[in-house]
Amino acid sequence: MRGVVCKGISKTYDRKTYALRNMSFSFPDRGIVAMIGRNGAGKTTLMRIMATELMPSKGSATINGIDVVKEPGRVRELIAIVPQEARVMPWLTPRQTVLSYLLYRGFGYHEALTRARRSLGKLGIGKFENVLGHKLSGGTKRKVLVATVLASEAKIIFLDEPTTGLDPISRAEVWRLLQRLKSNYLIFLTTHYLEEAELLADSIGIIDRGKLLAMGSIDELRKKAGQQYSIRVTQEVKPRSLRGYKTTKFEGGHQLMTSEKKAFELSDKLIREKARFTINPVSLEDIFYRFAKKSIESEETSGGGDEW
Amino acid sequence: MVMKRSVGSQLLASVLVNSIYAMKNYPVMFINTLLAPFSILIVIILVSHGGLLQVGIEGALIMTTITAGIGLQADLSHLKNDMKLQDMVVSSPTTSLTYVAGMGLSELVFSAPVMAVLAVLAAIFIHPTLVQSLIIVAVMGISFIFSIVLGFVLSTFTSDVLQSWGFTGILSVVLTTLPPVYYPISYIPQPFQILAYISPTTYAAEIVQSAIGFISISTFNLAVDWVVLVGVCIALVVIAYKKALWREP
Repeated sequence: MRGVVCKGISKTYDRKTYALRNMSFSFPDRGIVAMIGRNGAGKTTLMRIMATELMPSKGSATINGIDVVKEPGRVRELIAIVPQEARVMPWLTPRQTVLSYLLYRGFGYHEALTRARRSLGKLGIGKFENVLGHKLSGGTKRKVLVATVLASEAKIIFLDEPTTGLDPISRAEVWRLLQRLKSNYLIFLTTHYLEEAELLADSIGIIDRGKLLAMGSIDELRKKAGQQYSIRVTQEVKPRSLRGYKTTKFEGGHQLMTSEKKAFELSDKLIREKARFTINPVSLEDIFYRFAKKSIESEETSGGGDEW
Repeated sequence: MVMKRSVGSQLLASVLVNSIYAMKNYPVMFINTLLAPFSILIVIILVSHGGLLQVGIEGALIMTTITAGIGLQADLSHLKNDMKLQDMVVSSPTTSLTYVAGMGLSELVFSAPVMAVLAVLAAIFIHPTLVQSLIIVAVMGISFIFSIVLGFVLSTFTSDVLQSWGFTGILSVVLTTLPPVYYPISYIPQPFQILAYISPTTYAAEIVQSAIGFISISTFNLAVDWVVLVGVCIALVVIAYKKALWREP
């Protein structure tokens, strides 16, 4: 099967510390897959196993049908990775950085040079190709690393937190780039930025303490969460229509997550009540907290139903 | 379709990253590598009033190869832990053997200017015969292999630059401070001579000093020197093959 398949992947250290627990999923060989989770959730461990840097303790994984554990050499022909803390070598120019990586992949010098220039140009950083790494801005450095793997022949790209530390403008540039690429590549990324995953990913995995809590498109995750809509009432006094529902209080208002049907029923009531409110599809942030059982807001319990 | 990949390109990548581009973009690196081995050599020659000139030059040649291995350990640790280059290479079609060989070559290229200068000095002041030259080159080659293999193994176990510095310090003591490379072992007081034999560099130095006629040792002792030197080299290669961490367990 083309794409990535993981079956029961686990990783333990010292036979007792679980980094990953029985993780299973699959996705096709095009598009963007984002893994989200807290620090230490297991995102990087999973990526390193898939990228043949780390052996799993149990389970199997394949990339385009090739076993990651048993045939790492063949898998490495198909993949490329930018690790979480990868840095542009300060004594190399972007052209030298990309060229060297392509040589490591076994390209001839001249082809590597041509590809390096083309890739830097495609990412809009061709004008910096002869500037030493230590003189580049953070955003440009990150783009150089992305250009490095994209210049190769690999069509399955692992990016571990590709936009961490970037300013909003640079981050948006990387996002635009990834969106352009996703029709031709499988891009497997990890991120702490939920809006990044929501904006870019065709499939999102939520990982916590080594467990894959849920995986799917944002709509599929909403369905799995059981709440598709968020009603946010922007007034201190809780409207009558919401009394009896378990809502979350925030600065200046109340929030209720609920099913599609109930959301429309309640919005009718709120309109009649002349309450100030907004109704939106549940965000990835809401879903993430739902699955990770984390809430930054204090809860006010006032009734039953299927809300949280 | 499977792409045809060039091992030569993969070796060249390491040479470019770790030596040619470093020297080209940071010329101070080139000047440093050129000057470093001469500091001790000059002191030895001055203190001995020229008496240790010949043994000092061959000592500097051996030391240059050993220093390459120590340097490789620090370079590999830096590229692995700080730059994450090794992680990118592990996930690429380059094998660990090609990576280490390329990095070893890069250290040779880095050392090439100073080796060239030392070779000229050797030709002028030692006048080695062809056989003597071959012995010196063979000893340098073996010393180079065991030092880069040792450097690679240690670098795979480091997780940050502090550990790397620790290993560099230990390697420097064992491989360059303890052994009598710039002078004969007889200069070391008797109770401490045994310590010098902990270091494989001592055996390399004895072989070369014997080859150029600076010291006289028995055939048996010479054979022991070769066996130890080659044995250490093979043992380290085996350890590297079995224990070095390329793909982490």
